[in-house]
Amino acid sequence: MREDTSGDRLSDSVDAGEIARFAALAEEWWEPKGKFRPLHALNPTRLAFIRQRLVSHYGRDGNQPRPFEGLSLLDVGCGGGLLTEPMARLGAGVLGIDAGAEAIRVAGAHAKESGLAIDYRCLTAEALAAEGHRFDAVLNMEVVEHVADLDAFLSASCTLLKPGGAMVVATLNRTAKAYALAIVGAEYVLGWLPPGTHDWRKFVTPSELTARLAKNGVKVTETTGVIYNPLSDRWSLGRDLGVNYMAFAIKEG
Amino acid sequence: MAKPTTPKPRRRAGAAVIECEIVVIGGGMVGTTLASALGGAGFEVCVIDREDPAAALEAGFDGRVSAIALGSQRMLAALDLWPGMAPHAEPILDIRVSDGESAMFLHFDHADIGDRPFGHIVENRVTRRALNRHLTASDSVRLMAPMTVVGLERERGGVEATLGDGAKVRAALAIAADGRHSPVRRDAGIATTEWSYPQTAIVCTVAHERPHHGAAQERFLPAGPFAILPMTDDGAVGHRSSIVWTERAGLVPALLALGDGEFTGQLAARFGDHLGALEVVGPRFSYPLALMHAERYIGHRLALIGDAAHAIHPIAGQGLNLGLRDVAALAEVLVDARRLGLDIGHGSVLERYQRWRRFDNVVLAAATDGLNRLFSNDVLPIRIARDLGLAAINRIAPAKRFFMRHAMGVLGELPRLVRGEPL
Repeated sequence: MREDTSGDRLSDSVDAGEIARFAALAEEWWEPKGKFRPLHALNPTRLAFIRQRLVSHYGRDGNQPRPFEGLSLLDVGCGGGLLTEPMARLGAGVLGIDAGAEAIRVAGAHAKESGLAIDYRCLTAEALAAEGHRFDAVLNMEVVEHVADLDAFLSASCTLLKPGGAMVVATLNRTAKAYALAIVGAEYVLGWLPPGTHDWRKFVTPSELTARLAKNGVKVTETTGVIYNPLSDRWSLGRDLGVNYMAFAIKEG
Repeated sequence: MAKPTTPKPRRRAGAAVIECEIVVIGGGMVGTTLASALGGAGFEVCVIDREDPAAALEAGFDGRVSAIALGSQRMLAALDLWPGMAPHAEPILDIRVSDGESAMFLHFDHADIGDRPFGHIVENRVTRRALNRHLTASDSVRLMAPMTVVGLERERGGVEATLGDGAKVRAALAIAADGRHSPVRRDAGIATTEWSYPQTAIVCTVAHERPHHGAAQERFLPAGPFAILPMTDDGAVGHRSSIVWTERAGLVPALLALGDGEFTGQLAARFGDHLGALEVVGPRFSYPLALMHAERYIGHRLALIGDAAHAIHPIAGQGLNLGLRDVAALAEVLVDARRLGLDIGHGSVLERYQRWRRFDNVVLAAATDGLNRLFSNDVLPIRIARDLGLAAINRIAPAKRFFMRHAMGVLGELPRLVRGEPL
């Protein structure tokens, strides 16, 4: 495959037995009808938004097969790599970080099978920021509602961005509707997510997110709702920010 | 979409391994149209076909014609294939459906729904020739034929096809376009639902004295439908039509064995004398009729298209059109997935193709099967009922328009190519 050119950095430090063990787990992450089906279903909608906004922010040709060529991108809370791999295919130099060691091994094993050169590290955003790394783009997708210290997390995420760099955030709003749909609906009724996946009190409203990012010199330029249609089983973008929403933000400078 | 930026897939020096993105197994009309669409969108594609491409262009290989519906024509135009076919395509301006000896018939005039023809009748070899030229000129499609596939491994990260000469083709996705008896489908363990009809279609070309004026005729005779499809005039034989003559299977060997004079006599008895004297030109072909539908259109890193996924009764002339709809939907799904950086062989991508196409195909298969059962019947009450039905449809303009638009392939959630738009 075309991508299989440079060495896979992760494979240097992981032995073959581990790769095999985590490849089996990767199947679970990547099984379209398995545990992570909701994320697979949501992926095209999130990817289309990220792609379109980054292409336009960086003045890239959207008709090129690899429009992100030359951009450095950080995927925070990358899990099994469901968003990280598409970013690499679109040409970005990608680092995926996740606090879960198992997820990182899964992601590494899967990238190797897919012939993609992606760097994965088991690390928090705070620790990475302290190392001094900076990126053209940072993805914070479905992460902020899970972190213990939101201020510290967002501050580190903003630090990780180069001046003029772009951040995409996807999260859940703290509304009654989000409680009904994302917790009662998704966790208990549809059984999409294990009960306890989300804590409503940790959900962040768009205005809170905007204010906290602004404090760190990162300006939200756009917010959009991400809406699920249970009849067609499809996600789409829309004006209603009441449950799932995404924000696009740019760092000053 | 982007121009192809990568060189034509080639063998790597020293190793008989060919790397590409998509391997299409089966180089018939549907498989090569898909390859052409994907190659045009910048995918690196290998097509593997067991037949020699030169032999497949000869008149004796496939004597059939296809009805190219409006949607299919738009799609072929968007792929730049239509200009090569248009000079050999006869527009269908008029469709007459009649029921055996009965005077009742249904008449569709293209002027009822605008000034476009219902579709065109094109000889399959004309379509094959246009496709062959296209692929030969393509930078991103490699046609390997005649060549067999002896094995197909579908692994987590990709697929690997082993060829008859020992070479291997690696790709992210395999497409089975290997026909109704698809070995790829069988090896993937995808079950099918099949009905066979006690009928065989005799296909041949007739020259006739008077012009057909673009009229297609479908006669529902007791043994099955008898279709007269208008073809372009030929310099040597003059006015021509293609015949699809459905007959009780048991009678067909005897009919095919008749001398030219007797065979023409049998045919003329069904054809009638409205176009003057008839002469059968070229060989007679026969195709047993069977309906087949695969229970799934996708497997791990595998998608089925065309006859490998579904074979319907040729009564409505929709077989190739359905295959081309598969092509349009699958090409669009793959182009969209690549745009987003998704793995084109992933189940979540292929599932979109399956959902899109299965519904459409099931509806048409059921409708054509029902039509055939209804009309291949000589029981008097059923005859009367269907005569009244035909007459009723004929009088109700909206119902007629619906049937006409469906047959033209311009109803439903249309892929971009079927709307005539680029991928």
